[in-house]
Amino acid sequence: MSVTAPSRAFSQAEQSLVDRAAAALMRSAAGNSERQNALSMLKQEGLPSRRTEAWHYTDLRNLLGRVGSAGTGAPAGDADILAPLLPNGHVVEIGAATDVNPLAGVTVQQVDKLPEWKTALNHLDREFDTIRLLSVAFGAKATKIDVAAGETPGGSIELRAEPSASGSHTYAICDVGDEAKAVFVERLSATSAGSLATSVADLKIGDGAEVLWIVDQEKGAGETHLSQFNVTLGKDAKLLLFVLNAGGGLVRSEVHAITEGEGAEIRIRGVNLLKEGQHVDVTTTLNHLVPNTTATETFRNVVTGGQGVFQGMIRVSQDAQKTDAKMACNSLLLSDDGGFSAKPELEIFADDVQCGHGATAGEIDADHLFYLMSRGIPERQARALLVRAFVDEVVEEIDDEPVVEALEARIDRWLEAHG
Amino acid sequence: MLEIKNLHARVAETGTEILRGVDLTVKPGEIAAIMGPNGSGKSTLSYIISGREDYEVTEGDILYNGESILEMDPAERAAAGVFLAFQYPLEIPGVATMTFLRTALNSQRKARGEAELTTPEFMRRVKDAAGELKIDFNMLKRPLNVGFSGGEKKRAEILQMSLLEPKLCVMDETDSGLDIDALRIVADGVNALRAPERAFLVITHYQRLLEHIVPDTVHVLYKGRIIRTGGKELALELEANGYADVIGEAA
Repeated sequence: MSVTAPSRAFSQAEQSLVDRAAAALMRSAAGNSERQNALSMLKQEGLPSRRTEAWHYTDLRNLLGRVGSAGTGAPAGDADILAPLLPNGHVVEIGAATDVNPLAGVTVQQVDKLPEWKTALNHLDREFDTIRLLSVAFGAKATKIDVAAGETPGGSIELRAEPSASGSHTYAICDVGDEAKAVFVERLSATSAGSLATSVADLKIGDGAEVLWIVDQEKGAGETHLSQFNVTLGKDAKLLLFVLNAGGGLVRSEVHAITEGEGAEIRIRGVNLLKEGQHVDVTTTLNHLVPNTTATETFRNVVTGGQGVFQGMIRVSQDAQKTDAKMACNSLLLSDDGGFSAKPELEIFADDVQCGHGATAGEIDADHLFYLMSRGIPERQARALLVRAFVDEVVEEIDDEPVVEALEARIDRWLEAHG
Repeated sequence: MLEIKNLHARVAETGTEILRGVDLTVKPGEIAAIMGPNGSGKSTLSYIISGREDYEVTEGDILYNGESILEMDPAERAAAGVFLAFQYPLEIPGVATMTFLRTALNSQRKARGEAELTTPEFMRRVKDAAGELKIDFNMLKRPLNVGFSGGEKKRAEILQMSLLEPKLCVMDETDSGLDIDALRIVADGVNALRAPERAFLVITHYQRLLEHIVPDTVHVLYKGRIIRTGGKELALELEANGYADVIGEAA
């Protein structure tokens, strides 16, 4: 085994994480040098702290210990079989052997591939990519999904991880061919307390293709989930990404998008619902490399407790003239116990662009509340209506009724329990 | 129906006294007009009747059907039959108008121990009321008051009023921002709701509205007190001479 020594004293949680990764590798039958390399790096460098800019607001080294990473929870039972999020959903379990292709025009295959971790996708991360490093060190299972050019499958592709007590590690490689239209759902559901899971997805959207990608994260309160969604868009390609964070103890959702073709359009919408004891971080980078691309990004956060983070970076390279990119992060603070940090950043090297950002935080508008109550709606119900309105506004931008209904149902469930 | 007794109130945050001993009685079936120059406390009075928290009652009482409502929150007052037509109805993005109407109607029914309305019955009532007020039904598919013109907002207030069937309707400068046609539609809507058991408190600057909604009594509010009370002819007198004479007499 490796004899790599830590570069510094590791915290207990950190050491336990490294030991788990090492033990998991020992158990796995086939030796894999790439996994071994990643483990060595993890053993040497451990986890990032607030001193790493990309992790400044989410000090993984310290937060991990607080949420717990022992993986002592009971294995998730098969008892509660989850229905697909969307009515026409086809479940693909990542890493599971499959010889059935769920939908016409879609090919699903298990592949022996690990994420590339040696280059950080967020330039503020360390020399390597933290989430990908963990994904590789834990031996992520991979599945490749291809949507053939010109195809519009007759249903959504719902990606899930194999249930695992200590936490699953998945790698989805999705290729949507030119002029194809596809809907993906990443379903991150609760497993067991103390688990640490990673999910990495690499999506390539071909020229003129359109993708709706929904992340439904409803992990348990004692779970850690680190996810990374990477997308490249071809000419005139369209992406609508919707991220719902309605669970998890320690959560980091990274989104890295690159426009490679002119006319590409990125829309990112998201809702973060936070309660006591949670730490939820959404970190996005939008890289505009070519001229004439657009991006809009809006996150709405409801905070009843816990700590939320939004880091949004828009980078416009020198060639990317006529880029039109906007981002907004609006938080509704329903309790003094919670907080939300927003860090928007613009890095613009082109001179003919429109870029903007805005972050707001506030309480329920007293005038709105009075108006609703003056019509006989009791206070609790009036508040709930206003909170719902605040998040539904971004959900309804999806403009696809079954999708909106499904997401609003998940959000309502949370609001009824915690709002 | 409504008895306001020696009501003193101030802005909770700043302590500024706005009402300085208002006495006013409104009987069932009566239309009482409150007139007065800017800053006399007219809007404050309407907010305090409907229970807005930004004001503090320091003295006096408001009795509704013989009982004090000062301890009731706005929703409880509404369920008891108090309705405020806002001078500036609020736009609430994300709240669908129909959801709002239905929630309000059913909340009030529930508070009164009545059964909720079925969907077809609710839709029928909204369609009927919208038709009377010449409100395009498609407008009601939008979020609450969002993108409505000033006149449309005022008509939407009357629509809410007719659906909720309150007993005491407080109308805060309903005529402001209305052209003459819209004013007539709104006035017709109000007149259609006139009933022996329903009272109206119509707050306005101008006599114009009172040509369409003819009051039984007219009260002049000035510096937080009712300084004169009379019949509908008082409104005409004010229109002709301004407030100066009345204020001069009271001083």
